[in-house]
Amino acid sequence: MTGLLLLPVVGPLLVAGVLLALPNRTGLHRVAAIATMTGVLAAGLVLLVRASGGALTVLRVGGWPGPIAISLAADALSALLVTVTALVVLGCLVSAVGSGDDRRPYFLPLVLVLAAGAGGAFLTTDLFNLFVLIEVMLVPSYVLLSLAGGAGRGGAGRVYVATNLLGSTLLLTGVALVYGTTGVVGLGDLAGVAGDQPTVAVACGVVLLALGVKSALVPWHDWLPRTYPVASPVVVALFSGLLTKVGLYAVIRIYAVVYGGDPGYRWLLGAVALVSMVVGVLGAVGENAMRRILTFHMVSQLGYVLLGLALFTAAALAAAVYYLAQYILVKAALFLCAAAVRAGRGTDRLDGSGGLAGQRPALALAFAGAGLSLAGLPPFSGFLAKFLLLRAAVETGAWLAVTVAVLVSLVTLLSMVKIWSALFTGEPPASSSVAQRIGPTLVGPPLALAGLSLAAGLAAAPLLVLADTAAAGLRDPTAYVRAVTGR
Amino acid sequence: MVGVLVAAGVFLLLRPGLLRVVLGFVLLGHAVNVVLLAAGGLGRRTAALEEVGSDTADPLPQAFVLTAIVITFGITIHLLGLLRRDAGGPASGADPTDGDDHTRSGDDDTGSGGDGTGGAGGPGTTGRRR
Repeated sequence: MTGLLLLPVVGPLLVAGVLLALPNRTGLHRVAAIATMTGVLAAGLVLLVRASGGALTVLRVGGWPGPIAISLAADALSALLVTVTALVVLGCLVSAVGSGDDRRPYFLPLVLVLAAGAGGAFLTTDLFNLFVLIEVMLVPSYVLLSLAGGAGRGGAGRVYVATNLLGSTLLLTGVALVYGTTGVVGLGDLAGVAGDQPTVAVACGVVLLALGVKSALVPWHDWLPRTYPVASPVVVALFSGLLTKVGLYAVIRIYAVVYGGDPGYRWLLGAVALVSMVVGVLGAVGENAMRRILTFHMVSQLGYVLLGLALFTAAALAAAVYYLAQYILVKAALFLCAAAVRAGRGTDRLDGSGGLAGQRPALALAFAGAGLSLAGLPPFSGFLAKFLLLRAAVETGAWLAVTVAVLVSLVTLLSMVKIWSALFTGEPPASSSVAQRIGPTLVGPPLALAGLSLAAGLAAAPLLVLADTAAAGLRDPTAYVRAVTGR
Repeated sequence: MVGVLVAAGVFLLLRPGLLRVVLGFVLLGHAVNVVLLAAGGLGRRTAALEEVGSDTADPLPQAFVLTAIVITFGITIHLLGLLRRDAGGPASGADPTDGDDHTRSGDDDTGSGGDGTGGAGGPGTTGRRR
């Protein structure tokens, strides 16, 4: 049963290795990749069901004892993120069939390695393995970014690799400092240590700083809107669902476990969260292409999740977990809409002809749903997430955060309306070939993901129970620590 | 030693030219590896497998460093591959400045050594290149 924890990590890696040995067989690659990710999704769901009751699944690979073992653990938060990201990867794989991305050499094996690294990073209980798995995730992303790009990908590829390499170097330095000050790198052994020893707090601060670079929080956000838009939209959807979220997950986990939610640092997290929200959303206003607008919104939306962590009440953490889970789905839906738009029109810039709503009503429906959810309008999941977060902020009396969050939501809506009016309304172009190029494999995934967002908003109870369980685990990590250390 | 390596690495990073940036990252990587090794020590816990003498080294940082070296190596190769593609020829002669776009249009070469999945014991470093 605990072997199930290996599937999200080892499964995609093994399949990717086999597929690399069998190049130029796109059909086989597609079937194998989709089957693998379906398996990961099933494993994630099983882990989720087990975790929803508060039970932890822990595996020490090879049966080594305590701090030597490579251990994997799934609590509600980890299992939820593994499941959600598997869904996103599946959506991207289907969209890649329609957009033609997966006919590029090595595309599908690289996606599988990326998914393996992300799944592992969500499950690992050890800072050094976190570093290794983040690298496993980043290396294919370097190639994917330059593989399917357009003009300017050379410079953007260099910025992307350089920033992330610097972040990784910092992360490794932080891990080394943590090991130097404590002699352990397991999260379970480090629990609460940063609150007691200032040196450990500084060492872990370096780790958090590096993770901040990787999750593109302000003031380290600048690389994100410079590099993501040059990649193909399907690849950006994949990156948005996996890469920055792994960084954010690790920030949440480390702050909750190692710092024990130390109130002395909450103002800093809160400040980073609010500035990220404002800078991201204002950056998006000035942009004029769908992918660029959406990447700026990533910065702003990550701020909301971080705000929940900064408040650190049970309600705020539950809101943050729910926010993160639904946001990954919504953002992937929006980027996959961009993929469909780009496949149809040849570009995702907002100038030029519109009228997609009349030609492809299903795509317009998907975009409208996901866009409204991102802006936080009922009945979509984004509304509930923001409502819960705001309620938690009001309870703690953080009125500045409430004001900023509401204003940022309004500006987000403005951006979504801008995309809608430029692309979907208006007269369709004279040539009618646009609609033909947007096939069902391009419309289906964003529609399904937007539908999930609607379902998560209307029938939120199971997801909210999970978020509450995850928040309780973050507020009081004793059960996690006991399960991981085996003491 | 760490200070010298970091200083030289940062200096090279800030110089124009991708080749210097790559070398800077190599130096920074070495600096971190030295930090990792320096962080070791068996004073805090006993040896992993069996009772050994007091002069035994801490094995954990060595395992960390080994993994880190493999990862750094793979990414360095990838960066050199990017450099080579952007320069449109062997890396030795050309040294394109940052921000310029030397990319040949329609060139879908993926660079080299892209799949250095490294450490965690997956299918390993495939290290394909053209």
